[in-house]
Amino acid sequence: MLDNGFPLATESNILKELIKPPTILRTVVNTITGSTNVGDQLPTGQLSVVPWRRTGVKYTNNEAYFDVIEEIDAIIDKSGSTITAEIQGVIDACVKLTGMPDLTLSFMNPRLLDDVSFHPCVRFKRWESERILSFIPPDGNFRLLSYHVSAQNLVAIPVYVKHNISFRDSSSLGRFEITVGPKQTMGKTVEGVMVTSQMPKGVLNMTLTPSQGTHIFDPVTKLLSWDVGKINPQKLPSLKGSMTLQAGTSKPDENPTINLQFKIQQLAISGLKVNRLDMYGEKYKPFKGIKYMTKAGKFQVRT
Amino acid sequence: MLSLLPVQKLLRQLPAGPAGRPKKTAGGDTAEEVTSPVHDDLKEMLDSNKDSLKLEAMKRIVAMIARGKNASDLFPAVVKNVACKNIEVKKLVYVYLVRYAEEQQDLALLSISTFQRGLKDPNQLIRASALRVLSSIRVPIIVPIMMLAIKEAASDMSPYVRKTAAHAIPKLYSLDSDQKDQLIEVIEKLLADKTTLVAGSVVMAFEEVCPERIDLIHKNYRKLCNLLIDVEEWGQVVIINMLTRYARTQFLSPNQNVSVGDAKDAKAEAASLAKRKPYVMDPDHRLLLRNTKPLLQSRNAAVVMAVAQLYFHLAPKAEVGVIAKALVRLLRSHRSVQYVVLQNVATMSIKRRGMFEPYLKSFYIRSTDPTQIKILKLEVLTNLANETNISTILREFQTYIRSMDKDFVAATIQAIGRCATNIGKVRDTCLNGLVQLLSNRDELVVAESVVVIKKLLQMQPAQHSEIIKHMAKLTDNIQVPMARASILWLIGEYCEHVPKIAPDVLRKMAKSFTNEEDIVKLQVINLAAKLYLTNSKQSKLLTQYVLNLAKYDQNYDIRDRARFIRQLIVPTEKSGALNKYAKKLFLAQKPAPILESSFKDRDHFQLGSLSHLLNTKAVGYQELPDWPDEAPDPSVRNVEVRGAPQGAHVHGRAKVGASSQEPESVSEESGSSSSSSSSSSGSEEEDEDEEEGSGEQSEDKEEEEEKRLKRKEKEGSQKAASGSTVSPTPILGVLGTPASSKGRREWVGSPHRSLGPSQLLSPAFGAVRTYELLHRMAGEGLSVEYCFSRRPFPGDPHMVAVQIQISNNTDAEVKSLRVSEPKPLSGMRIQEFPEIGMRLAPGDTVSVVMGIDFCDSTQAANFQLCTHTRHFYVSIQPPVGELMAPVFMSENEFKKEQGEWGTGTGTGRCMDTHYPSANAHPPFCPLCRPCRGPRAPRAAGRG
Repeated sequence: MLDNGFPLATESNILKELIKPPTILRTVVNTITGSTNVGDQLPTGQLSVVPWRRTGVKYTNNEAYFDVIEEIDAIIDKSGSTITAEIQGVIDACVKLTGMPDLTLSFMNPRLLDDVSFHPCVRFKRWESERILSFIPPDGNFRLLSYHVSAQNLVAIPVYVKHNISFRDSSSLGRFEITVGPKQTMGKTVEGVMVTSQMPKGVLNMTLTPSQGTHIFDPVTKLLSWDVGKINPQKLPSLKGSMTLQAGTSKPDENPTINLQFKIQQLAISGLKVNRLDMYGEKYKPFKGIKYMTKAGKFQVRT
Repeated sequence: MLSLLPVQKLLRQLPAGPAGRPKKTAGGDTAEEVTSPVHDDLKEMLDSNKDSLKLEAMKRIVAMIARGKNASDLFPAVVKNVACKNIEVKKLVYVYLVRYAEEQQDLALLSISTFQRGLKDPNQLIRASALRVLSSIRVPIIVPIMMLAIKEAASDMSPYVRKTAAHAIPKLYSLDSDQKDQLIEVIEKLLADKTTLVAGSVVMAFEEVCPERIDLIHKNYRKLCNLLIDVEEWGQVVIINMLTRYARTQFLSPNQNVSVGDAKDAKAEAASLAKRKPYVMDPDHRLLLRNTKPLLQSRNAAVVMAVAQLYFHLAPKAEVGVIAKALVRLLRSHRSVQYVVLQNVATMSIKRRGMFEPYLKSFYIRSTDPTQIKILKLEVLTNLANETNISTILREFQTYIRSMDKDFVAATIQAIGRCATNIGKVRDTCLNGLVQLLSNRDELVVAESVVVIKKLLQMQPAQHSEIIKHMAKLTDNIQVPMARASILWLIGEYCEHVPKIAPDVLRKMAKSFTNEEDIVKLQVINLAAKLYLTNSKQSKLLTQYVLNLAKYDQNYDIRDRARFIRQLIVPTEKSGALNKYAKKLFLAQKPAPILESSFKDRDHFQLGSLSHLLNTKAVGYQELPDWPDEAPDPSVRNVEVRGAPQGAHVHGRAKVGASSQEPESVSEESGSSSSSSSSSSGSEEEDEDEEEGSGEQSEDKEEEEEKRLKRKEKEGSQKAASGSTVSPTPILGVLGTPASSKGRREWVGSPHRSLGPSQLLSPAFGAVRTYELLHRMAGEGLSVEYCFSRRPFPGDPHMVAVQIQISNNTDAEVKSLRVSEPKPLSGMRIQEFPEIGMRLAPGDTVSVVMGIDFCDSTQAANFQLCTHTRHFYVSIQPPVGELMAPVFMSENEFKKEQGEWGTGTGTGRCMDTHYPSANAHPPFCPLCRPCRGPRAPRAAGRG
């Protein structure tokens, strides 16, 4: 919400108080009939010292879930060695607690966190002195913390890609072969694997056969995408075939880069672990849950 | 109310009814004609008595506005409802008004009186929104009313309304800039506001209305610095930017001694250096740097960027590095954020290369980055290149050259050129690499390489005749004009190194002359002239031919050049004196071009500003001033403490009020208020207030103390229960002390010496403040508070009695509470309380007394508090006032004591013995206002 160009309220909880979120879609549909999309209460949150939390929150089931999600940004070169790799993590929370709970979250190994940025609710001084996250949480979903694990710590790359992409000068056919395999996954399965690659303009079509999953090549945008799914370490997924090149043109200078997406459940690749979560200020016992996940961020393999 | 009169007069003049709709310009709109029946329906609904119908109608009208339909003919019907009781309807009417008031100014005046009523509403949110809408209505006639409303709102008791007043100021200023002086007064008043809610908005108003009035900031500078962390994000951005500018005018450059090295006239510099005192950073400068640093951890990219630019412009060289990490973090966010951050990083990396070197790899380019981002990253990589990392960077560049994105490849080639010029070691490697690129299939790549090679060769032409020959061959293939021109220039310039090839190239070019681009033609003429001068035997005729062709060219620049050159080089009877110098003119040694970043010297724009991004001055840009040579008087930032007792009292009140204000305002509103929020956060708030309070305390502890006593005195006198009759006339000695360790022994009113005539006052003359020793969260449910009971500690008159209250908030019993391992500083003694043997059941509270001899210092007494399971490290730090005992003495007695002290040994010594710790430990409070100036005498004088 702006006033004369100056942001007046950007805190999502205040905005939600003004206009209730689930009815936003309905607002668009029912502009004429007019539904109760506008909150009937005054936005008192703006006056509060904790503007991020709505007042008078009530739940029958009090629960607090925290998702530790880490993304690996990496550039892998032709030979498979890592050029750069870093881990960016976030802790997303879904807190549904009655009243004004005051939470503290502590880590087993807070030293891992090299650079952090907080939701304004986190008390910075306590973090500085004790490395504990102490906060009155906003209601609902929010991003508590984002952090960066320094590049100095070696990053374990959980997958490898073997590739053999070659264009020949003389013929209008090229060879294409990719194999994806797990590496340093701490015994967890790699799922949701998706390989995309922007092929050079000269490629007219690709005839490929995957050992698993489905693949699509869009001859207009020249984008190849291969939805692999889960990696079975016994039978590594591969995609083999040939490329048809435009006749008459010379071979492209550059081999395409391969972008990789994957997910590993129940694993924070940096080794970050939440130690405990305590609640003060309210009497009830909340249900607490922590989930870890590792994902590929900007993960590129140069070929 | 006076200002209302003209409006009412105006209203009377207005013709009644919708027929009188004035200045309606949207007429003739057929769509409107068609929809008018619907509007009748809406009008009916608006006129009805039911709020639900009105609400329905307003919703539909606002929906129409949102979809871009004209609803202006409903204006009279809508305006009537501005007085509606229903808040929901009111809000929507406001939305409507803001949209249409400017079009229908006269009718809009109908609503003004309602806003004026709204400004008096008991609900602060209504007051605020009435002001917001009133100030958004751009009708010049109501300027006086707006002015009045803003003035009133600026002294409203709700901080939210004051914030809205701050927002209204720039709106009024843009409507009528003649109000500036009055508005500045309001800004000045609001700047003094102590709530975080107002701070951001008022600084924004300040920046819009009177950014040049930097003097308004002085008094509020420290307060703004201290509040900064609690201000909402967007306010933080504005404040930080303003404070950057402020600091540039008020403090000395922290890097002045460092920059001496590259000064031009070393002598004068050395002389001035001798004169210059060693640089000591102004404590206020330090305060700003320290208080902004935590904001680098903000989730808001704008805040991080603002702090980064502040550090870049203000911090000493050694400290700027801290921002690099945060900026690199921003690189991961959305691409528009990336773009802005990279621009700023590019500028910073020129000035302070070392800062980003550890993050070199974060600037590596991914094939999925947009071209703009790629080029900026390349810029940063080039700026960061040095002898140690160049090989890694060049290897990385090799990958980039094979990219499909040709603009990016061209930029990479230029980057390689820059690396080669900057780092002599790799020049040959780079040149070889670039020469290989000459055989690239892509013409753009080749052309770019030629241009870069040309620049590189100019630095050391003698060794590279092979490359020049190779390039001469390329003239047959390359079609890009710039590249052709570059090759021709190279051959011409170094024709002596390639004597055989040069005339041949000219021959070829003469053939194709007419079909060349202008830029190439000019270079052909150049080449011809140079060859004529060095090798006239072979090229005389060719030159004549080229010049003849050029004479009849369509472009007059070329004709002009041809005429000029012919006169210069071809000797005729009439040819002037210049002829003999022709060779010197054409074949002079030319300085090699310097390849430098386009981001060089961009830092004269404030980083993070739009002007920096565009590299041109944008409208409204505030120039970042240079550091002053002499620091202006730092004392202007001292907040004066009002001398008059009343004033002091009010001042003290205001401080307490800062925290109590919010609950007050919350309780104002009817219905469900955020009482739970305010109550649970109360403790936190109090902590903050405490800090704030102590921040000022450290500055003028004595006054503070005095004030406190005065306050207590008042409270005390109100309490009939307090037995001692505290009459205002006798002086309340601030001077007594129960603790009389060595240094203090002769202190006035110390029990040993002068307790005889004077008597200790009853300690119960005021409310004692409790401090927190162990927060229930840090203590895992065990919370401990302490207060100075102001009673003599039994057994040892030198000790201060500290009453400790332990409450068990856990759900288990706590056993054997005791103090262990006290670590007193030298001279300090702690009398522990006996171990509490009994079990402390959940919810129970126990209170004990312990004695500490603080040795008249304000240093903390550290010890461990143990339970049967846990140990907690705690410390008690006494406020100065608690080290003193209230003593009752008459004025004469006081004067006598004072006289003794004024003469004889002198106050100076006394002060020295008494306050060593205060000077040694400025961080009396976390906000650290270093203690300066003599204190003790002042206290004595006031007493």
